[in-house]
Amino acid sequence: MRRIMAVLYKEFLQIRRDRMTLGLIFMLPLVQLLLFGFAIQTEVKHISTVVFDQSLSADSRDLLESFSASGYFDVTMAVNSYDEVTRMIDSGKAKVGIVFPPDFSENVRRGTSAAVQVFVDASDSMVSNQAIAVANFIGMIKSQEILTSKLRVGAAPYDIRVRPWYNPDGVTAYYMVPAICGILVTLSMVMLTSMGIVRERERGTLEQLMVTPIKPYELMLGKTLPYIVLGYIQITVALLVGVLVFHVPIKGSILELYILTLFFITASLGLGILVSNIAKTQMQAMQLAYFIFLPSILLSGFMFPRDGMPKLIYYIGNLIPLTYYLDIIRGIVLKGIGFSYLIGQVISLLVFSVVFLTISTLKFKKKIA
Amino acid sequence: MEDIIVTHDLTRSFGKFVAVSKLNLNIRCGEIYGFLGPNGAGKSTAIRMLCGILQPTSGTAQVLGYDLLNETEKIKRKIGYMSQKFSLYDDLSVEENLEFYAGVYEVPLKESKSRVAEMIEMANLTGREKEVVANLSGGWKQRLALGCAIISRPSLVFLDEPTSGVSPTSRRMFFNIIQGLANNGVTVMVTTHFMDEAERCNRIAFISGGRLMATDTPDNLKKNIIRGYLVELAVPDALEQVGRIEALPYVSECNIHGPLLHVLLEHESNAADLRTVTGVEPKMITPSLEDVFVTLAKS
Repeated sequence: MRRIMAVLYKEFLQIRRDRMTLGLIFMLPLVQLLLFGFAIQTEVKHISTVVFDQSLSADSRDLLESFSASGYFDVTMAVNSYDEVTRMIDSGKAKVGIVFPPDFSENVRRGTSAAVQVFVDASDSMVSNQAIAVANFIGMIKSQEILTSKLRVGAAPYDIRVRPWYNPDGVTAYYMVPAICGILVTLSMVMLTSMGIVRERERGTLEQLMVTPIKPYELMLGKTLPYIVLGYIQITVALLVGVLVFHVPIKGSILELYILTLFFITASLGLGILVSNIAKTQMQAMQLAYFIFLPSILLSGFMFPRDGMPKLIYYIGNLIPLTYYLDIIRGIVLKGIGFSYLIGQVISLLVFSVVFLTISTLKFKKKIA
Repeated sequence: MEDIIVTHDLTRSFGKFVAVSKLNLNIRCGEIYGFLGPNGAGKSTAIRMLCGILQPTSGTAQVLGYDLLNETEKIKRKIGYMSQKFSLYDDLSVEENLEFYAGVYEVPLKESKSRVAEMIEMANLTGREKEVVANLSGGWKQRLALGCAIISRPSLVFLDEPTSGVSPTSRRMFFNIIQGLANNGVTVMVTTHFMDEAERCNRIAFISGGRLMATDTPDNLKKNIIRGYLVELAVPDALEQVGRIEALPYVSECNIHGPLLHVLLEHESNAADLRTVTGVEPKMITPSLEDVFVTLAKS
C-alpha cells in the first residue's frame, strides 16, 4: 500500500508539473465539443437548389413552393436551359436541380402523370439520400392532395403516425454530444497512460524501479489510478458544455452516469497501460494508440449505426470499450434508463478493465532484456 | 570476514556474444570492492545480474545469503543500486525524488521525513531541497542519485560508474561519501575508470572481455601483476620510440604515460642496456595501478 501510494503521489506531482497536458485535459473537451457539436449534423437542410421552369405555370410554382417550404431545399437560382442546370451542379453551386417540362401544367389538368425531373449530386451520399427521400415524399404528398380533391374523399385510406421517442425533434446534438464525451475520455485516457511505462523506460528510471522491491501490480495501479481524477474532470467539463451550450437534456440520474463512467475510465486506462507495456518507445506507443483510436471512432457506433455493419465488423466493435459506454451514456442521457438496463455493458467494461490490467501486470517483468 | 557476495561461474551471453564469462567472485562484508576494466568488459552486465534485473545465462550466486536465481525480490529489499545514468525524475524536486524512493522501499511514514533529511545531509544537498532536478548540475544529480539508492539503508550498494561525467571536486566529494558508508559497515561494489578511486578500494577485480583477470588489494596487484623491473624513460620523442623500444629483446612492455615512457624490463641489469640504446638515463619507479591496468588489458 505504501508503495502504491508512493507511485500514485509521484504521478500526481508529475501531472501537476506538466502544465501543457493539464491544460489539454480541460481544453480538449471544451474546444472539441464546440467544434464537433456544431459541425456534426446528420440532418442536411438548406440544400442549394437550381430550378429550370419551362412551364412557368401556377401548378409548377405551387410544387416548387412545397419544395422550398420543406426547409430542405433553398431554391435560390433559376436558369433557362438544361446546360445551365448541368453547369451549376458540376461546379458545385447547386446540389439539386429541378426541371419542369413545358407541358407540366397541361398534364396536371388533364389528369395524366406530370413528370418533374430532379437531379441530385449524389457524390455526397449523406446529402443525396436526404434530398431524394424528401423529394419523393413531397411528390407523394402533393399527388395525394390532388387525388383526394379530385375524388372528393374525406381522407387518405392509411394514416400511419410515427412517434419518435427520446429525441422527438431529431436534434443531432442530443445524440452526438454524449457520444463525443465518450470519445474524448477514451482518447485522453489511452493517450496519457500509454506513455506511462515507456517514458520511464526511455528515461532510464524504469531500470532503477526494477531494482526496488516494487511489485508489478503496484506499479500498474499507481500509474493508472491518478488518471481517474482527470477522466472525471474531463467528463464533467464535456457534460457542462453539452448542457449549457447544446441544451442536451439529461433524462437519467447524473449520479448513476458518474458511477458507471468509472468502469469506462478504468477500461480506457487499462488499455493505455497495456499499450505502454507492449511498446518499446514513446513513438511506438503513440502509433499503437492511434491503432486503437480509429476503430473506436468508426466501429463503436459513434459515427455509423452498428446494426448495418457486416457481422465480422460488428463483432470487432464488441472488443472496443467505447461501444459499451455509448450505450451507457446515450441510454442515461437520452432515454433516462438506469443500471438495470445497462448491467451487461457495465460487466463488459469491468471485464475489459480487469483483463487489460492483468495482462499489463503479467507482461511487466522486472528484468531488462 | 564473512562473504556478502559469492558467485559461481556466473555467465551471461547476448546471442553469440558472451558479456560475462564464468565469473567467480567473493566479496567480503564491509569492503569497498572496485570493478575495473575497459569499456565493454562486462562490468555493468555483472552488476545488473547481481542486482537481479538481468537473468544469468548460467551459473549461480549468493547475494546477502540469498539465492540470486530464486530469491531475487528478497535481495532487492536490501540493496541499493545507482547506474551511470543517474536515473532521477527530472520534473520532481530533490526532496520529492527522495520521498518517492522512501515510499517505494517502504520506509515507515513516520521515519520518512527524518530519513530524507539524513540523505540530504549525507549527500551534501542542503540548500537546494526544493530545486527541480532538471536544474541541477551533474555532481548534484550524482549525489542525489546515491541518496535515492541508499535511502532504505541497504547493507550492500552497487554503484555502476557513479563518477563518470562529473568534475574532479565532485568525484572526490562523492568518494568521501562512499568511504563514509563503508566505515559504517556498508559493502560497496563500485565500477570506475579512475585510478585514484581504484586506489581507495579495499580490493579490486580486474575484468576484461567478460573474464576475471585478477582480484586483490591494490598493493598486492601492483606487487604481483607486474613481473620485472619498471623504469621511466624521458625520451624526447616518446611516440616514435615506443615501437622500437618494445622490440628490444629484454623489454617485455613499453607504454606511453604522458610525455614519458614506462618500460618494463626483464631484469634490473637491463637498465644499463636501455641507457646505451636510447642515451637517456632510465629511472626506477614503483608500478602504479595504471601500469597494472595497461598490463592486464594487454594480456
